Amino acid sequence: MANSKSVILKIKRQQTPESKPYWEEFELSYRPGMNVTSALMDIAAKPVTRQGKPTTPVTYDSNCLEEICGSCAMLINGQAKMACSALIANLKQPITLEPFTKFPIIRDLAVDRSVLFENLKRVKAWVPVDGTYDLGCGPRQSSEMQEEAYPLSNCISCTCCMEACPQFNDKTGFVGAATIAQVRLFNSHPTGSALKKERLKALMGDGGIQECGYAQNCVEICPKELPLTKSIAAVGGQVMWQAIKDLFRT
Amino acid sequence: MSQPKIIVVGGGLAGLSATIKIAEMGGHVDLFSIVPVKRSHSVCAQGGINAAKNLKGEGDSTWQHFDDTIYGGDFLANQPPVKAMCEAAPGVIDLLDRLGVPFNRTPEGLLDFRRFGGTLYNRTAFAGATTGQQLLYALDEQVRRYEAEGKVTKYEAWEFLSAVIDDQRVCHGICAMDLRSMAVQTFPAEAVIIATGGVGAIFGKSTNSVVCTGSAQSALYQQGAYYANGECIQVHPTCIPGEDKLRLMSESARGEGGRVWVPKQPGDKRDPKSIPEGERWYFLEEWYPKYGNLVPRDIATRAIHKVVYELHLGLDGQPMVYLDLTHIDRATLDRKLEGILEIYEKFVGDDPRDTPMKIFPGVHYTMGGLWVDFEQRTNIEGLYAAGECEYQYHGANRLGANSLLSCIYAGFVSGPNAVNYSRNGMKSAPAQQVYDSERKRQEEINAHLIKNDGAENPFLLWRELGDTMTKNVTVIRYNKNIRETDTKLVELLERYRHVNLSDRSMWANTSFAFARQLYNMLQLARVIAQGAAMRDESRGAHYKPDFPERDDANWLKTTKAYFAADADEPRFEFEPVDTSLLKPRPRRYDVAS
Repeated sequence: MANSKSVILKIKRQQTPESKPYWEEFELSYRPGMNVTSALMDIAAKPVTRQGKPTTPVTYDSNCLEEICGSCAMLINGQAKMACSALIANLKQPITLEPFTKFPIIRDLAVDRSVLFENLKRVKAWVPVDGTYDLGCGPRQSSEMQEEAYPLSNCISCTCCMEACPQFNDKTGFVGAATIAQVRLFNSHPTGSALKKERLKALMGDGGIQECGYAQNCVEICPKELPLTKSIAAVGGQVMWQAIKDLFRT
Repeated sequence: MSQPKIIVVGGGLAGLSATIKIAEMGGHVDLFSIVPVKRSHSVCAQGGINAAKNLKGEGDSTWQHFDDTIYGGDFLANQPPVKAMCEAAPGVIDLLDRLGVPFNRTPEGLLDFRRFGGTLYNRTAFAGATTGQQLLYALDEQVRRYEAEGKVTKYEAWEFLSAVIDDQRVCHGICAMDLRSMAVQTFPAEAVIIATGGVGAIFGKSTNSVVCTGSAQSALYQQGAYYANGECIQVHPTCIPGEDKLRLMSESARGEGGRVWVPKQPGDKRDPKSIPEGERWYFLEEWYPKYGNLVPRDIATRAIHKVVYELHLGLDGQPMVYLDLTHIDRATLDRKLEGILEIYEKFVGDDPRDTPMKIFPGVHYTMGGLWVDFEQRTNIEGLYAAGECEYQYHGANRLGANSLLSCIYAGFVSGPNAVNYSRNGMKSAPAQQVYDSERKRQEEINAHLIKNDGAENPFLLWRELGDTMTKNVTVIRYNKNIRETDTKLVELLERYRHVNLSDRSMWANTSFAFARQLYNMLQLARVIAQGAAMRDESRGAHYKPDFPERDDANWLKTTKAYFAADADEPRFEFEPVDTSLLKPRPRRYDVAS
């Protein structure tokens, strides 16, 4: 497709959260290095469908355009992806763009993914420091510890793992892989581990870690290649130990 | 004690660090951001954060850090706040370490430091090559903790439109727009901190994120805030040219040993790996033997421009040069630079571990910004500014890895100052009518814009703005061209009156929000262009071939622009620079200083 002169995009659109979705097709001229976000910018500059009908620029989330802010996640040819790093040359045409299906729609390709931030609150994904005044340096850590933590800290909150997960839906209320990976990150931090028990308790019961069905879609889809299934297994073990400990304590 | 009610606008490093301090002091923060704060532009910072911890036995000191920063900024920064920042830096690193930032470690388990441009010391702490992301997350997590405790209320997907200012010129809150319902609302506060980042979008494509339009700063300038050193814009030497933006290739690539070169023979079409050493020209190493590839950014950028445009040695005739890491072993590259190498791989398709990267300079950082005093106060009472949106710490050129530091530090200064102002000096709240009239003024602008019936597309006007600004007001500046640009800006402002939104709905209308930003970009572009036209000298990133030397006798002064509403254009004043600590000396990186 890299050599073809034009790019055909089929975009699923929806004016408001309540209105009916519909499809529009666009034809753009191809330029080397073109990605999905630059195609959407081209449409904004000339909002006319392939059929010549004037329309509106497409609403979508974006910010950094270098796959680090996590904004521009959408379904591209049916797959959860970041639009900025989706190069047109690598995509089969016509290219379909759809909003994520597991989150409330705002408009067109923009959805409300704040549930992830709420989940991070629920599991207390932070290091409980005494304060930000000067208390000297942090705990000494080996390179190995840093190399374990760093990949987990690379999560960009794009929610691709949640969109791709068959268990992440209204019925289960599953928190999803991204949140569980953060639990693993903070539980492994020398100071962060102070809240380990509370985090594990938040992952017990309905919507907790037990909902994972081991489909492994999350780890395959993650644009930052986080060790998600490994994290679910590790935290699953921690939750089990905590449950056993709780059992003997009562 | 009372609970001060403070508004922070912007959720990058500066806004979040201010928020944390305010919450910690018992205040309440309404935190406004266009994007969820975790997606702020600070995530894009790659290489690291400077602090003279002197953990490499090199005899580094906070004074040396201060000296490097002032010298790197070509003596345009007021010195006392820069000194205070450099002295606070080791403590900032300690705090970030305690917050769980996964900084790279030495074998002993201490923080590792690497070299960056404009210094001879290993002074830069780093978390792989995604340091900004890691720092932002650490602060974001603490803010989430305060949010859970009810001390912070987030307004994400809200855009700042203006400050609410009474007839005594005191700021009492803000007017903002919900980017979903497009509704305009005012929010009262005892003090407001602006932390809205840089203005890259004024130059069209840059390394900045989509939200970095400078719209908030421009709105405040149009409301009477001074804007200082607008002409000081940093062009980063090493970016990956792209269709939608210029992606940064961090200075840390050179900090870890990356070398910049071109084939000696013009138009050499050979595979770069097959070109023998003797037929490569490492021009930075030749011209600047002491600093080599780690000269400050303005110097490296001008050198690349010269090689490409004057000596015609760009790769295959294109405006690009090589940035080569292939001589460094893969394991080291993966451990220290993986994040940025991935960016190149993903967006260009080549593996920089195997083949030299093709790079070119791109607009990167806004040294100028809202004028503030040493307490981070703007000239409007009750209104503070922190981070890239203000001008305080970098003079005419910012050193690499000083931005993360200045953002956090300025947040740490502005937050407590805003709380103290609220507790001790605050004027009483104004009548409701002050809020209502500001809201009405904004609603009228919106009502006019949404039904405006012209033929101009805001996205195309923006492209013209970016083209003229990038061409004439970046690396090489000629007064004639800058004046042409200002004329063009007047034309664009006139054409803006005929802007036509293809989308007239009032729900999540992104072109509507963009059109509002565009107007502010155009107004602020005039401040940048006219400031550049006036400063007849060369200093840091500001370079005029017709005035190639720094001129301390006439231009060792801060440019202060203010908006003349009747004339609808900027006016300028100048203010002496506080050089009380370091006597200005010539800035030469080609010889020892």
